[in-house]
Amino acid sequence: MGAPVATPPAVPPPGKVPPPPAKAAVEGSATWRLVDRIGLAICWVLGLLFCAIAVAIVVYLLSQGIKYLRPSMLVTPATAGFAQGESGGFSDALAGTLIVAAMGIAIALPIGIAIAVWLVEYGRPAGLARITESTIEAIAGIPSIVLALFGTVIFSSTALGFLSRTSDGVVFGRSFFAASTMLALVALPLVVASTREGLQSIPRHVREASYAVGKTKAATTRRILIPASRPQIATGAMLGLGRIIGDTAIIVVLLGATQNFAPVEDAAFPFDYLRGAGTTLTNFVYEASPTGNLNQPQKAYAAAFVLLLMVLALNAAVDVVHRRARKVGAWSS
Amino acid sequence: MEFLTPPPPPIRRLKLEDAKAAQQVAPPAGIATGGDVPVDRGPYGHRSTGTSQARGGFTGARRSIGAPQFSIRRMEIDDVSVSYSNREAVKSVSLPVRQGEVLAMIGPSGCGKTTLLRSLNRLTELTSTATLRGRILLDDVDIVLIEPTLLRRRVTMVFQQPNPFPMSVFDNIAYVLREQGSRRQRKKTLEPRVHSALDRAGLFEEVKDNLDHPALKLSGGQQQRLCIARALAAEPEVLLLDEPCSALDPQSTQVIEDLIVKLRDDVAVVIVTHNLQQAYRIADHVAFMYLGELVEYNSATALFGSPRERRTQEYVSGAFG
Repeated sequence: MGAPVATPPAVPPPGKVPPPPAKAAVEGSATWRLVDRIGLAICWVLGLLFCAIAVAIVVYLLSQGIKYLRPSMLVTPATAGFAQGESGGFSDALAGTLIVAAMGIAIALPIGIAIAVWLVEYGRPAGLARITESTIEAIAGIPSIVLALFGTVIFSSTALGFLSRTSDGVVFGRSFFAASTMLALVALPLVVASTREGLQSIPRHVREASYAVGKTKAATTRRILIPASRPQIATGAMLGLGRIIGDTAIIVVLLGATQNFAPVEDAAFPFDYLRGAGTTLTNFVYEASPTGNLNQPQKAYAAAFVLLLMVLALNAAVDVVHRRARKVGAWSS
Repeated sequence: MEFLTPPPPPIRRLKLEDAKAAQQVAPPAGIATGGDVPVDRGPYGHRSTGTSQARGGFTGARRSIGAPQFSIRRMEIDDVSVSYSNREAVKSVSLPVRQGEVLAMIGPSGCGKTTLLRSLNRLTELTSTATLRGRILLDDVDIVLIEPTLLRRRVTMVFQQPNPFPMSVFDNIAYVLREQGSRRQRKKTLEPRVHSALDRAGLFEEVKDNLDHPALKLSGGQQQRLCIARALAAEPEVLLLDEPCSALDPQSTQVIEDLIVKLRDDVAVVIVTHNLQQAYRIADHVAFMYLGELVEYNSATALFGSPRERRTQEYVSGAFG
C-alpha cells in the first residue's frame, strides 16, 4: 500500500461566499418524498377530524343540557308524574354519584398505593409480584358488568348482610357499600398503574441518598417516595374517579337501580342510606333515555350535562396537577 | 503492511486550567513540581510528546492546600473483596481512612472504586447479589456489628447526581435530623441545626431568605452543596463523596472543592473521582485502583509526582483510562 494521502482541508474557493443558512433550522416538508407528505396530510386530517368530533359531542350535549336543565332539578328528587314537567329532578342521582365516587376512591386509593409501593419497592418473591401484576391487569380488562355479577354473589351472602337490606334472613345484596366496593375495583388498576409510574420515575440514587443518611426503607417510602409521586397518584385518582362516575353496569346491578334513595329502616343515619339502594347520574340518564323506564329524553340531556361537567372538571384537574408538578422541578436523571 | 510515514502523535486534550488563576496562586513550598521529578519515559517513547503534555496537569500551581494539620485514623479497610454474583469488583483492598485528610480514589471506570466507597457504609448490601469479604473497621469496631441505619448516620454519602428531596430546602436538612419518618419535632427547635449544616456546606448565605423554596429549584451546584449539607447534618465521622462534581460546571466544582478541603478537619473525607486534576488539587492521599485491585496508595504529591508502579504512571500520564 502506498503512503497515506493527506486530504486537503475543505476550504471554499476564494470569492465564493457560501449561502447563508435558512432562516430557521426547522425542517419543512417541502423536500419530503410524496408518500411521506401524504402520510403527514392524513395525520393532520385525522387529528383535526377527531378534534371536531369531540367538540361536536361536547357542544351538542352542552347546548341540549342547558336548554333543558333547570336549577330546581338539582335539588328536587324524582317523583312520579305524567309529564316531564311534573316528574321532579335528579337530586338523589346527583348525591348518589357523589357518594359512590367518594366511597369508591376512598377504598381504591389507599389499597392502590399500597399495592404499587409493594410492587415497586419490595416485589419479592418475584413470582408473587408477577402474579399480582397480571391479576391487576386482568381486573382492568374485566367488563364492569361481569364484576357487578360477581358482586351480587358476594354481597348476597349472609356474612355480608350488614352491608345491605336484610329481611327475614334474606340478604338483598344491593347497596351503596356493594356498588362502591366493586367500583373501587374498577378504579384500582388505574391508581396502581399511575402510582407505579410515579415511583419508577424516581431515580435509584434518590432512594440511596435517603438510606445514606440512615433512614429506613419505610421512612424513605413515607417521607420521600410517596410525596414525590404525588402528582402521578393524583392523576391516577382522577382517572379512577372518572371511571367510577361513568360506570353504569355496576350501578344497575348492585345499587338496586331505583329512582330515589331507598334507605333501610333499622339503621342509624349515614348507614341507613349507605345500606339501602339508590341511583346515580349514569343510571338516571339510562333510565330517562328513550330505552329506559322513564323515557324523559329532556331530563336525560339535563343529567348528562351535569355528568359531562363533572368529567370535564376532572380532566382540568389532572391538567392542573401536571402543571404544578412541572413547576416543582425534577432530578436530572 | 506498514506505514511509510510514522503516524502522527495522538492529539491530547490539554489541561483546562485558568492561566490567570495559576499565576495568582503561588505554588506552596515543599510541593514538588514536575520539572524536579526525574521521569523515566523509556518504555513509553512513542508517546513521549503526549505524555509530557499530560504530565503538565500535575505540575501546576493549583494545588493550593497545605499539608494536613493532623490526621487521626477513623476507618480501616482490611483486606476487603466485593463481588457481584461471580464477578469480583474489588480484590483484597486494604486502606486507612483518616480524619484531617482527604483521601481520593482514582482509577478508570469499572475499577471498583465506587463499589469500595459504597461498602464503607454498607450501601452495597442493597444490591442483593453483592457479597463482601474482609473487614471494615470504624473506630476499631467492625461495621457489620453496627446497625446499618446508625452506621449510615456516622458514615454519610453524597452522590454523583445532585439529588435533593422534593421538598423545601429547610425540610431537606430537617428530614435528616428527625427521627425515622417522624414529623414531630417543631421547626423552631430544628432551626439552629439546619442553619449550621447549611453554613458548614457554605450554602446558608445564598439560601437564607429562601429556606421554604423547593430544593429542586436551586442551581446544580447549590443542589449538590445542599446534598453535602444534608450529609453533614447527621454529624457524621466520615463523609463519602462519589464523583460529586461530575455533573457540575467548573465554577461550582471549584466552590465544592474548596468546601471539601475545608471539611477535612471535621470529618474524614473520601472522594471518588474520575478527574485526575481534581484529585491532585484536593487530596492528601490518593489510592489508585485498577480492575478491582489497589495498585498504589500514597500521598498525592508522591503518587502524581513519582509513582512507584508502572500502571500508576501510565494512568496518571494519560496512557489509558
